[in-house]
Amino acid sequence: MTSTITPPDGTGTSPVPSGGPPTRTRRTKPGALRRAEARTGMGLIAPTVIIVIAVVVLPILWSISLAFQRVKLINLRSSSIFGNYVLDNFERVISSPGFVDTLVTTLVYSIFGTAASIAVGLIATLALRRKFRGRGFVRSVMLLPYVAPVVAVTFVWQTMLSPQFGFVNFWGQQLLGWSEPIAFLSDKSSDVSLFGLTIPIPTALITVIAFEAWRQFPFAFLFLTARLQAIPGSLEEAARVDGATLTQRFRYIVWPQLLPTIAVLSVLRFIWTFTSFDDIYLLTGGGAGTEVISVRVYQFLTGRGDIGLASAQALVIAIVLAILVGVYLKFFGKREEDYS
Amino acid sequence: MTTVQRPSASRTLFSRDRFENRFFGIARWVVIGLLLIATIFPFYYMGLLSVRGLGDVLNNPGALWVAIGDLSFEAYSRALLPVVDGGEGFLGFMRNSAVLALGTVALTLAVSIPGSYAISRLRFFGRRQISALFLAVYLFPSILLAVPLFVFFTRVGLRGSLIAVLLVYVSQTVAVSIYMLRNYFETIPVSLEEAAALDGASRLGIMRRISLPLAMPAIVANGLFVFMVAWNEFLFALLFLVDDRDRWTVSLGLSQLTGNSIEVPTTVLMAASVITTIPIVIIFFASERLLTEGLTSGAEKG
Repeated sequence: MTSTITPPDGTGTSPVPSGGPPTRTRRTKPGALRRAEARTGMGLIAPTVIIVIAVVVLPILWSISLAFQRVKLINLRSSSIFGNYVLDNFERVISSPGFVDTLVTTLVYSIFGTAASIAVGLIATLALRRKFRGRGFVRSVMLLPYVAPVVAVTFVWQTMLSPQFGFVNFWGQQLLGWSEPIAFLSDKSSDVSLFGLTIPIPTALITVIAFEAWRQFPFAFLFLTARLQAIPGSLEEAARVDGATLTQRFRYIVWPQLLPTIAVLSVLRFIWTFTSFDDIYLLTGGGAGTEVISVRVYQFLTGRGDIGLASAQALVIAIVLAILVGVYLKFFGKREEDYS
Repeated sequence: MTTVQRPSASRTLFSRDRFENRFFGIARWVVIGLLLIATIFPFYYMGLLSVRGLGDVLNNPGALWVAIGDLSFEAYSRALLPVVDGGEGFLGFMRNSAVLALGTVALTLAVSIPGSYAISRLRFFGRRQISALFLAVYLFPSILLAVPLFVFFTRVGLRGSLIAVLLVYVSQTVAVSIYMLRNYFETIPVSLEEAAALDGASRLGIMRRISLPLAMPAIVANGLFVFMVAWNEFLFALLFLVDDRDRWTVSLGLSQLTGNSIEVPTTVLMAASVITTIPIVIIFFASERLLTEGLTSGAEKG
């Protein structure tokens, strides 16, 4: 449980060593004092727990119950927890047009978005590994896409990629010889002929995945950099003396050390990308073959006002996500332990 | 000391080593350059379009700079002024965002400082379970909470009130706040507190006079982080506040106005984007080191 804080550049304040385990040992503590400590502890944590239960846990439970009821925004007042429980909503979710397409789109978006953001983050981490003048500044700049307001950056991307007056299409036509502007965010698929073969390319989906990689790579970068700084330099120094080249040192020393972090990042990023709403809603509104499940939940809820259907759809997300993460942990959870 | 001569092996190794050092020595700078362009350019473009005239942008979309004489700050005044004065009302949106974000910071810290202290220092029944609960809340996707919260606040008639949004924001940030602060409390030696306890200080007295001042850097970083999360938040603002323009936050306002951008010129929306982004960039650069330390501490173990 103890942890040390390593400053990003190895400079600044020196880390304060943790004073052993955070709690005192049992034998130095008479019963009355322990009870007092427990009382204080519960008192201090109570406000947080109450908020979390009230605004997170109870709503989740309620949402599960709503998923089994016929509730719409219009007849909301007359419904209660003791309504009729039916499986209608799930049937409608699964049989509604586009359900499978949306699921596939969401999967493709999350897998490629996760992989791309971690890959770029890893490349950035390695490129910025050795010290140089201004590295601290460059590292801060790398984090900008992650911290900037999502609404502002999606709007800038929309404008940059606009077919009418976008910067990218202008220079694409000027320099790269594009015959006509590319509608990056509203083109569902365009055929590209390559060696006589015509391949449909899902333009809009690729664009939102690229955006995801751009906006989320700093997250991977941040954690991989922190992990890399904790690798003792002596290992690599020894390997270098033994004649290991740069790629060999990466392959046999750095990579195994980073792997557990990459595994954790994959799970986190996958969960968040699978359920992310803002990016796609703001970039394409879910059009042009980019409709993901969370956008669908939003549309069921506000567009149709169908609470039961929206809850059921949300529950389907949660179940699919739980299964995927469960499978991942089952297959990769064991292997991680070997590396750590 | 005898040296074993293996000329062929050592020469190929040496040359491979030299090649790799060369190659990656150059590739590294190329990558750094590309990454810098990719991360900075969109923000530069945002600023650029906000100070160019609309006609200028439409006629010459590829321009990468603006002549001093063509600088125009009209977009900013139009974005900021209230609607009655012919503007878009972003000053009002900024006030809403600031109130919400500051309220979230105050409330979150008020509950998470004692909470994280208790988790890191005190033994009580259910401590472990509560830690696990917070981790689950942190991982829990907000879109899944959107439906029940939307329905609940609609039903009690509080949807559209800033209080409802404030409460939701606190619930969204409190878990990560506790996580960050707990990590910091655990780096403060317990012996300091024990010394104070021997001198007769009470538990709350120790917390207030010793632990809090020591944890101040982490608390400040955490407050700034929570501010950024609340300022940037979009989904719940959209769900709860969209009906009443007077309650829009900057993020919501920007998204609503870009939705029908035929009416509002792109340059004005770019100015609004700059206005939305600038507070975050300032806070981020002012607190970058504190923030990255707070977020990744404990992550070194992988």
